[in-house]
Amino acid sequence: MSERASVPKEDEQSTDQDEAAADDEQAPVTTGAQSVVRALENAGAEYVFGVQGGAIMPVYDALYDSDITHVTMAHEQGASHAADAYGIVSGEPGVCFATSGPGATNLVTGIADANMDSDPLIALTGQVPTEFVGNDAFQETDTVGITQPVTKESYFASHSDTVGDDVSEAFALADAGRQGPTLVDLPKDVTQGETDVEPKAPETPDTYEVPEEADDEAVQEAAEVISDAERPVILAGGGVIKANASNALREFAMEYEVPVITTMPGIGSFPEDHELSLEWAGMHGTGYANLAITNTDCMLAIGTRFDDRLTGGVDSFAPDADIVHVDIDPAEISKNVYADYPLIGDAREVLRQLFDAMPRAPDADEWREQCQTWKQEYPMSYEMPDDEPLKPQYVVEHFSAVTDEDTIVCTGVGQHQMWASQFWEYTEPRTWVSSHGLGTMGYGVPAAIGAKLAAPDQEVVCFDGDGSFLMTVQGLSVAVREQLDITYVILNNEAVGMVRQWQDGFYEGRRMASEYPWIPQFDKLAEAFGAAGFRLEDYENVEETIAAAREYDGPSVIDAHIDPGENVFPMVPSGGDNGLFALNEDHLDEI
Amino acid sequence: MPGPAPHDRMRPEGRRNSQGIRVDPEAEATHEPRQAVLSALVKHRPGVLAEVSGLFSRRQFNIESLTVGPTSDESIARMTILIEEPQPGIEQAKKQLQKLVPVVSVMELEPEALRRELALIKVGGEKPDDVNAVAEMYDGQAVDASTDSVTVEITGSKQKIDAAVAAFEQFDVQEIVRTGAAALERGPKTLEKHD
Ligand SMILES: Cc1ncc(C[n+]2csc(CCOP(=O)(O)OP(=O)(O)O)c2C)c(N)n1
Repeated sequence: MSERASVPKEDEQSTDQDEAAADDEQAPVTTGAQSVVRALENAGAEYVFGVQGGAIMPVYDALYDSDITHVTMAHEQGASHAADAYGIVSGEPGVCFATSGPGATNLVTGIADANMDSDPLIALTGQVPTEFVGNDAFQETDTVGITQPVTKESYFASHSDTVGDDVSEAFALADAGRQGPTLVDLPKDVTQGETDVEPKAPETPDTYEVPEEADDEAVQEAAEVISDAERPVILAGGGVIKANASNALREFAMEYEVPVITTMPGIGSFPEDHELSLEWAGMHGTGYANLAITNTDCMLAIGTRFDDRLTGGVDSFAPDADIVHVDIDPAEISKNVYADYPLIGDAREVLRQLFDAMPRAPDADEWREQCQTWKQEYPMSYEMPDDEPLKPQYVVEHFSAVTDEDTIVCTGVGQHQMWASQFWEYTEPRTWVSSHGLGTMGYGVPAAIGAKLAAPDQEVVCFDGDGSFLMTVQGLSVAVREQLDITYVILNNEAVGMVRQWQDGFYEGRRMASEYPWIPQFDKLAEAFGAAGFRLEDYENVEETIAAAREYDGPSVIDAHIDPGENVFPMVPSGGDNGLFALNEDHLDEI
Repeated sequence: MPGPAPHDRMRPEGRRNSQGIRVDPEAEATHEPRQAVLSALVKHRPGVLAEVSGLFSRRQFNIESLTVGPTSDESIARMTILIEEPQPGIEQAKKQLQKLVPVVSVMELEPEALRRELALIKVGGEKPDDVNAVAEMYDGQAVDASTDSVTVEITGSKQKIDAAVAAFEQFDVQEIVRTGAAALERGPKTLEKHD
């Protein structure tokens, strides 16, 4: 198993000409823009996702002579999501470009999304010339001001001689420690200005220190606590995948036989088909994971920020548990849930330290049996009467069954996202690409593009909702132009289904603005874009439609008309108690 | 097939408080807000004030005052931030502040640290002698006088300035300006540039 999805080190399609160019000495830097591009090359950037415009034009011009591949997107939001997904799948920062003003503001959603999920991303935005900054010039916005709260750091490049260094530093910072987005705002005079200064090698700022190993004594103490536990669990968050610690997690859990629960971003860090896996916990997580969370007496939480969709109300979250919290970001310790044993460091290093420090395996036979019982008692299931319309879960389950384990799944946001996480079986890290913390509808279409370019040899499937798909549907034109072999499956319920589910559950069924009976025929829309379109309505055709879409060499769209009455369960209502998840609508009235 | 309904399931007795801390029945952990003085060295460059103040508003820390000024190193500025939060909030504020890229180091000052505020108080000019007398009571001094007004400068702790401001109420106060606190640890201890 590879920790990283396969990103080819060499561009397989590179022509002889390219190779010849690569052999040549690099031309000296002559402008700020060339220094920017040089910094990206030095940092190993292979792709840039972006849209042209006046203020960024000098940088694009410099890109003309570079081996970096530019992917022109149909909307800047798509550029930031594609770069974000590229970062998730490859582990290296994805790069996106936009011009000043509306270009930059369109990027913001994707930047905020990357920030919430700690995805490595670097955004470069054009800016009006320095002399116009602050004058409300044409296409001016305070990009640094707008993005500061949603980046690790936003830089305003002030000089042609140093702009390359700014980009190098931003790139290094995006990748270092807890990964995340950075931005460099590039005034046009700075990129146009002459300079012969080569950018420095990528290096993080001197004020940014990344802890590696955790304190040995603290590790020893935590190991004793875990060994003494009677009902231990591991809670693996997205940080496990970010730290390439999935192997270390597997070794630890299997050696000491500790059941593993993941968070939603942690999906793929531990194989869901393994006996010790309880899959994922939280609002729509499995009943058994949520019961284990509620009843554990010792939780080893790794690389998770205890988001409220995971914890429900904190007062009822793992109320009996000693919490050992491993995180590279000290600010995550005791932010939402108090950590009895904080271990600050890189997840892979700390897991190795813990592995060695464990005095013995916890004596937890009974507990593991209990977890197995819960798996029997609360299976992930759905009802499938013959004469009913197509169930979305069936479509996901069937697709999962016919694909390889390294298949990458992307999603939009809504019910379809939950079904895609519940009914697909994930076994490998970096195969689950979704918008968690921000919950961004429209993420799926461009994310699949970024994922496919990061892992061209892996199959990419995107489960989308009709609402989410419509938000970034223009991205389909990019997938067609690049001939990306992506299968989009729209679980079409003619509604923003997740909203409708909440209206039915918590607003007396008053379906205000949640039903979309006017949506287009997505199969035809796909064809209009130049993709293959399929319409799927009944069980009989599931197999052949999926097969045909997968066989098509290029982007295809399956418009799957599903039962509009289908809702997502289990469910822990917002702020609720994880142990009291509802398995159906009736339970909701009880809790 | 489906297992027991919500309230029939296995569940433990414990609970946590709103700050995520496990409630130990013997020592119930509750945290009342207290005042803390945070002192931070930051890179002296455009935008850092916005970055720091943005952090405090975005994360809903209850901020009392924030002052910034240069240090002996011209590339470094020092911020003094007074917040009122329960202990976990103070810890969070420190860590989040430390996380900002332009922040060099952060420390919470001891309660007995030196804390000074400055106030300029402009009052009516009818009774300059009385104004002077009150100013002297607070170790202040008149720094400007005209026929219509007297402006007094007072330096000291927040309590002292509160008291002085109250005392000047008798003179038809026309305008007041106060800085936030500037603070330094007593004794030889300093805030290291890198730790
Ligand atoms: C950009 C954005 N706008 C609004 C929401 C609120 N929201 C969350 S889920 C959801 C419904 C999504 O509908 P759809 O994409 O059709 O998926 P479904 O739930 O029907 O599977 C909405 C509107 C959001 N998450 N993101």
